[in-house]
Amino acid sequence: MSDHSQSHPTPKLYVVIFLSLVVGTCLTWGIAFANLGIFNPVVALAIACIKATLVILYFMHVRYSDRLTMVTVGAGFFWLLILITLSLSDYLSRSLITVH
Amino acid sequence: MAINQTTTNQTTTTDHHPALAHHFDSMEQQQGASTFGMWVFLLTEIMMFGGLFTAYLVYRIKYYDAFVAGSTSISVSWGFTNTLVLIASSFTMAMSVWAAQQGRRKTQVRLLIATMILGVIFLGVKAKEYYDKFDECHIPGHVIGKGFNSWGGCDVNNPKLGNIAEEIQEKAKQAGATVPEVSAVQTAKQTEIFFSFYFAMTGLHAFHMIIGVGLLAWLTVRANRGEFGPAYYTPIELGGLYWHFVDIVWIYLFPLLYLISRHKHVA
Amino acid sequence: MSTATTIAKPVMPAKHYLNDNYGIRSWLLTKDHKRIAILYLVSITFFFFLGGLFAALIRLELLTPQGDLFQSDTYNKLFSMHGINMVFFFLVPSIPATIGNFVLPLMVGAKDLAFPKINLLSWYIYMVGAFFSLATMVSGGVDTGWTFYTPLSSGYLRTHVALMAVGIIMAGFSSIFTGLNFIVTVHRMRAPGLTWGRLPLFVWSNYATSLIMVLATPVLAITLTLLALERVFHIGVFDPKYGGDPVLFQHMFWFYSHPAVYIMILPGMGVISELITCFSRKRVFGYSFVAFSSIAIAVFGFLVWAHHMFVAGISQYSAMIFSLLSMAVAIPSAVKVFNWTATMYKGSITLMTPMLYALGFIGLFTIGGLTGIMLAALGLDVHVHDTYFVIAHFHYVMVGGMVTAYMGGLHFWWPKITGRMYPEAPAKLAALITFIGFNLTFFPQFILGYLGMPRRYHSYPEEFQVLNVLSSAGASVLAIGFILPLIYFLWSLRYGEIAGDNPWGATGLEWQTTSPPPTHNFHEVPVVTEEPYAYGEETVISGH
Repeated sequence: MSDHSQSHPTPKLYVVIFLSLVVGTCLTWGIAFANLGIFNPVVALAIACIKATLVILYFMHVRYSDRLTMVTVGAGFFWLLILITLSLSDYLSRSLITVH
Repeated sequence: MAINQTTTNQTTTTDHHPALAHHFDSMEQQQGASTFGMWVFLLTEIMMFGGLFTAYLVYRIKYYDAFVAGSTSISVSWGFTNTLVLIASSFTMAMSVWAAQQGRRKTQVRLLIATMILGVIFLGVKAKEYYDKFDECHIPGHVIGKGFNSWGGCDVNNPKLGNIAEEIQEKAKQAGATVPEVSAVQTAKQTEIFFSFYFAMTGLHAFHMIIGVGLLAWLTVRANRGEFGPAYYTPIELGGLYWHFVDIVWIYLFPLLYLISRHKHVA
Repeated sequence: MSTATTIAKPVMPAKHYLNDNYGIRSWLLTKDHKRIAILYLVSITFFFFLGGLFAALIRLELLTPQGDLFQSDTYNKLFSMHGINMVFFFLVPSIPATIGNFVLPLMVGAKDLAFPKINLLSWYIYMVGAFFSLATMVSGGVDTGWTFYTPLSSGYLRTHVALMAVGIIMAGFSSIFTGLNFIVTVHRMRAPGLTWGRLPLFVWSNYATSLIMVLATPVLAITLTLLALERVFHIGVFDPKYGGDPVLFQHMFWFYSHPAVYIMILPGMGVISELITCFSRKRVFGYSFVAFSSIAIAVFGFLVWAHHMFVAGISQYSAMIFSLLSMAVAIPSAVKVFNWTATMYKGSITLMTPMLYALGFIGLFTIGGLTGIMLAALGLDVHVHDTYFVIAHFHYVMVGGMVTAYMGGLHFWWPKITGRMYPEAPAKLAALITFIGFNLTFFPQFILGYLGMPRRYHSYPEEFQVLNVLSSAGASVLAIGFILPLIYFLWSLRYGEIAGDNPWGATGLEWQTTSPPPTHNFHEVPVVTEEPYAYGEETVISGH
């Protein structure tokens, strides 16, 4: 069972990740004021996902953990996706078919 | 199922770590089980916040303009500041776990305290934001509104539903556009739903932060006593996992709540 | 048939988990999973009979076509409290928290669950929820139905919805902690040699159940929290008066409540796997298929929830997708039924009480499951939605399925839990009475529903009376079938025959230790070297 017996993050790596997160936050803030139309929320969420991934992989050590941990994290996001997608599939398809 | 009974019992010659629970065979098994247990718990938290996020998404699609109005009225500077504060606290937390692994008692305590301070700063800023919302009557709920009637004239019996409708009219007028009054009231009602979710989501998040600060305090006491070192630092690692999770929720909350169509200046 | 050696009369072990420690503190502060299982057993038995009492009152009212025994509002409270108590305080915890808590660590060869203190905490949280539920009942109960649809529940009714919601949220958290414990235990605490492919199917089923508990229940928690907030603070979430969407409530509610029914049935299926194999003296046919079908049910179960909402106003497109998926989810269950049947084929079958319940399960669950597929068909569902057809369907799977499996499991593991056998003749009689009473109660309801009698109504047209009377008569028989075990189980604690380590001659690690087991489960750590269910021609069940 591997966790910290193999390589684990050094303080330098933590600093790099921290700075990346700060940059990501500033980017999110800045881009929000530019008019990208439909892509504003897309970009904002994409940056958020990258930030979350960095936190998960490095701060939460998932990069150095065993497969079970990675599967657990994946399962969480996958199930969340099921909830969101299937619920929205109802709302977004209401205008598609009209019943006579 | 044929079984070969062995006489391997866990009380062996080597003295086991005082933190080893009796039902585990080794520290490794205990650490693996505890960490996995925390991840499963975080799984449940993902689904709990997920329910809120789903409902939020449904209403954002339905009442987009109202959500834009609501999002514009909360302070993006405070939100941005808070995001940085929380990221910093995640950094100090991760460093604290590292320090515990290294057996550096003083360092881990200092970093834990730094994390707590940053957490409290976050909560302080949130409190200020909440106060502002109450002050401007950007709050959901008739009961709350009634109670705070004296605060700024949030008369929720008024069919104009507080000041939001008037604000929308004002801002539209300043931009040279007109919003018909009926539509302004409609948007105001829908904006109230935005604030329902604003308070519900940030409130649930803040509740988790408060518990987190409490956990950190407990961990600080234990760390100060020198309980954590290279052989055993599981509790502080689990505390870190929880804290990082709370950070991740905010990483999503910030763009979802504060940055809806910010480029449009007219509500 | 071997034997030859005279089998000595079994004796109770000198020290075991029941007499290891005395006093109320040793029970209320226990960390022993076996004692916690008994704490749960007492609690859920209470709620089972409480829910049964409400059912009795319902059936009493429905003897006559007029709503003359209770007022409409009171009747609404009766079926609501029946549903809430049965679903959240009996069915969801039933097998996992009692039999699962007791037997699962033994089956994996562990000394306890991964987190014993959290196990005890889960019972206390359950009791807090139970307290809230009882408090709600005492202050008048809720009349929203167990489904709490808005806007009825969010603003229209005057009953104590928020209070009840808190109780249910607590019960939900209790199940989350149980599930969490099981998942970690199965992953991290298996005995040496016990690979996933050697696990008893009861463990597979409870593992799958735990996955559902952990993933679905939090959504219920947040939904009920929002509902309670809406009631108390009048914020707009689900109530159209404040701009909310009632269909959203249904989406979020059923996202939990549909997987919840798989929480309720999967452990029962696990029990049946154990019973069929033991009393047919044969390995389970297609072990891997049965094991993976549990996981398949857990996963697919999350994709079908809107089949409860076909007439609620969801889009036709969405309805078609959910209808298709709902058909698909029946397949893994069918796999199990086929495999159980194949297991029995050319097996050496002994009709002891647990096996009677198992056989009953297979028949009744099949009927329930097939009617479920009927309901999955969009066209038919539009006709029978909210009628007694639906009620009959879910009682066939929940009572004919789950409760039957629960009774079978209780009888099977009773000697392990208490060290004593229950009396076989009264037990067989009770099983028979239950089977007859159950069918008499619920089969007429299929017909009633198809003919158009709506659910949740306490008055009905005259032409439905005969079927309703039959149903109520069946209910009284069913009640006897459930009360009898209560009596003879309690009797057996004092006067039951001493069971010995393995009265059934079953395979499984739990039978390799004493009955009752010692506090630390095993005197020596077991090492597993063989496949599960390795029934040769050896042991004979000690004749009763």
